[in-house]
Amino acid sequence: MSNQKETLVQVRDLSVTYHTRLGPLSAVDHVSFDIYKGEILGVVGESGCGKSTMGKALMRLIMPPGEISSGHIIFDGEDVMQYDQKQLRDFRGRRISMIFQDPMTSLNPVQRVDEHLIEAIQVHEPQTPVEAALRRARTLIEKLGIQKERLRDYPHQLSGGMRQRVMIGLGLVLNADLIVADEATTSLDVIVEAKLLDEFKKLRDEFNLTILMITHNIALIAQIADRIMVMYAGQVAEIGDVTEVFDHPRHPYTEGLLRSVPNIELDEREELYKMGGEPPNLSRPPAGCRFHPRCAQAMPICAQREPELTEISPGRFVHCWLYQDHPQEVAHA
Amino acid sequence: MSASFRNFIITRILLTIPMVLILITLVFFVMRVLPGDPIRSQLGPKVSEQQANAIRERLGLNRPLYIQYFDFLGDVLTLNFGNAMTQGERPIKAELGERLPATIELTVPAMLLTVLFGIFSGAYAAHHRKKPSDYGLRMFSIIVYAIPVFFLGLLFQVLFSVRLPILPLDGRMSPMLLSTFHPITNFYVLDAILTRNWPALGSLLQHLIMPSVTLGLVLTGPFLRLTRVNMIETLHEDFITAGRARGIPEKRLVYRHALRNTFIPILTFIGLQFALLLAGAVLTETTFSWPGMGRYLVTRIELRDYNAVQSVIAVFALFVGAISVLVDILYAFIDPRVRY
Repeated sequence: MSNQKETLVQVRDLSVTYHTRLGPLSAVDHVSFDIYKGEILGVVGESGCGKSTMGKALMRLIMPPGEISSGHIIFDGEDVMQYDQKQLRDFRGRRISMIFQDPMTSLNPVQRVDEHLIEAIQVHEPQTPVEAALRRARTLIEKLGIQKERLRDYPHQLSGGMRQRVMIGLGLVLNADLIVADEATTSLDVIVEAKLLDEFKKLRDEFNLTILMITHNIALIAQIADRIMVMYAGQVAEIGDVTEVFDHPRHPYTEGLLRSVPNIELDEREELYKMGGEPPNLSRPPAGCRFHPRCAQAMPICAQREPELTEISPGRFVHCWLYQDHPQEVAHA
Repeated sequence: MSASFRNFIITRILLTIPMVLILITLVFFVMRVLPGDPIRSQLGPKVSEQQANAIRERLGLNRPLYIQYFDFLGDVLTLNFGNAMTQGERPIKAELGERLPATIELTVPAMLLTVLFGIFSGAYAAHHRKKPSDYGLRMFSIIVYAIPVFFLGLLFQVLFSVRLPILPLDGRMSPMLLSTFHPITNFYVLDAILTRNWPALGSLLQHLIMPSVTLGLVLTGPFLRLTRVNMIETLHEDFITAGRARGIPEKRLVYRHALRNTFIPILTFIGLQFALLLAGAVLTETTFSWPGMGRYLVTRIELRDYNAVQSVIAVFALFVGAISVLVDILYAFIDPRVRY
């Protein structure tokens, strides 16, 4: 990424709380980050770290018993949190669109592929006649490598890879500015996955798309993303340029995460690193830094106070006491 | 239509044969096990044993049971049911020709009401889950389900033809209009339209309202609940969230996307409920003096009219069998995933 980064989305202090029977569960906790125009931002973390919830929250798709309990989402200068239902409908699909985890269940089983695409177009552009919408759908779907004859098919008649491409097509058909791809390629085999990642990159270059790539697959992020955001237990652990984070992880969690990726150069006698402990129960998160019970470098302060997300070098944010001044009173105690 | 689909339909039709056979066999023997016979129940003890035996002989009741049984199976096969055994011994076919249309005319609007009202209010309740309208509709579904048909019918009669006389009490049409009315098909509503007899049509429709609403309401409860539960489940599916993420309006998601998917399990239920509908029709016809199959069945059971009862049951069984085949065929058109 060059220097003239233009911000598309500013997320500030975003929290999502689920009201469960066991009490409130903070799935996303005071998350702040920016998304720049034309970039691919990778979001990684273990299952249940809140990355999917965060993605949905960007579209205000959190349904009861969950709610966005605090924060702002500034999209192209407008606060999405202030939108009413009608503005929200217009925003979803047209400005921001989402490619879902499971292509097998994310299409309506009794609706043909072309009906999906035409509906998406006509909901947002009621003046577009069906034929024009169909033409657009056809062009797009062919660009994604599906023959236009398949438009007449029902979802169950398509292979997993094709369905995922249809999902991507649905994400692209309205030329949304931001695509949230939530484990978009996880359910596919590696060959199809590699092809689609290539397509993502091409689409980004061609349409100047901005993509938020949510995945638990770090290797995938390394291939495709410009920047990376590591999440842990509903919080941001680290944000930075992808090569910088991979070469010099700052947060102990990022470090552990990178060390647990199998590597071809790994010595046979050396065992793959396994991070100790488990992610915390988010209805009762640990005091202080949420990672401290699993952290090898934990200090006394880590159990008492939560660190701030600090910019340690331009564009590099870390949420860890190792990289910030400790408050005096705690240091003396 | 593919060859496999044709095979499926043929197999499906063949499979209804044992169902119908078991049912009519059961009715045949149960009727004969019941105390009383057509002669005694109609003529009482005054008739001498000799006279009674003469009638038995005339009706063929003196023949061995298995011969009577196979005779009856032949009747069902040819749909030529012979004569009734009591009250004038009219040919059953002629009786059915008049009464079956009356029953269909009653059950079709009842079924439409049940299905349309049940499904849409169920969808509405699911859409407004845990809001007062949802609780109200659920309460309503229990109440109408728990009330017996004849009681609900009686209640309506008291309310709408006695207290607030806006609807006729019973019957199929006003007796005053009978002389001007000339049925062709015995589907009176259709006949009134065909002969352009508008006063008769008005009277027919007025008479139809109470019985069909009564019958329809009773079955609405299960439909409402089934639709609601299925809808709530469907509304949690990924494709609904995905649709929402595309900015598709909530109403469209509920009443188009979710409802079309929910309709698939409900279709099965419509087929199953049809049998209940016919049972309900028996009671409704009795309450409203509706000259249909149900009332015929009730009077003939009391008279132990073997032939009439087993013939009516055979017709009911054929109907229910046909509906369930129809439902399976409809599946292929409604659910694109079904391929035979």
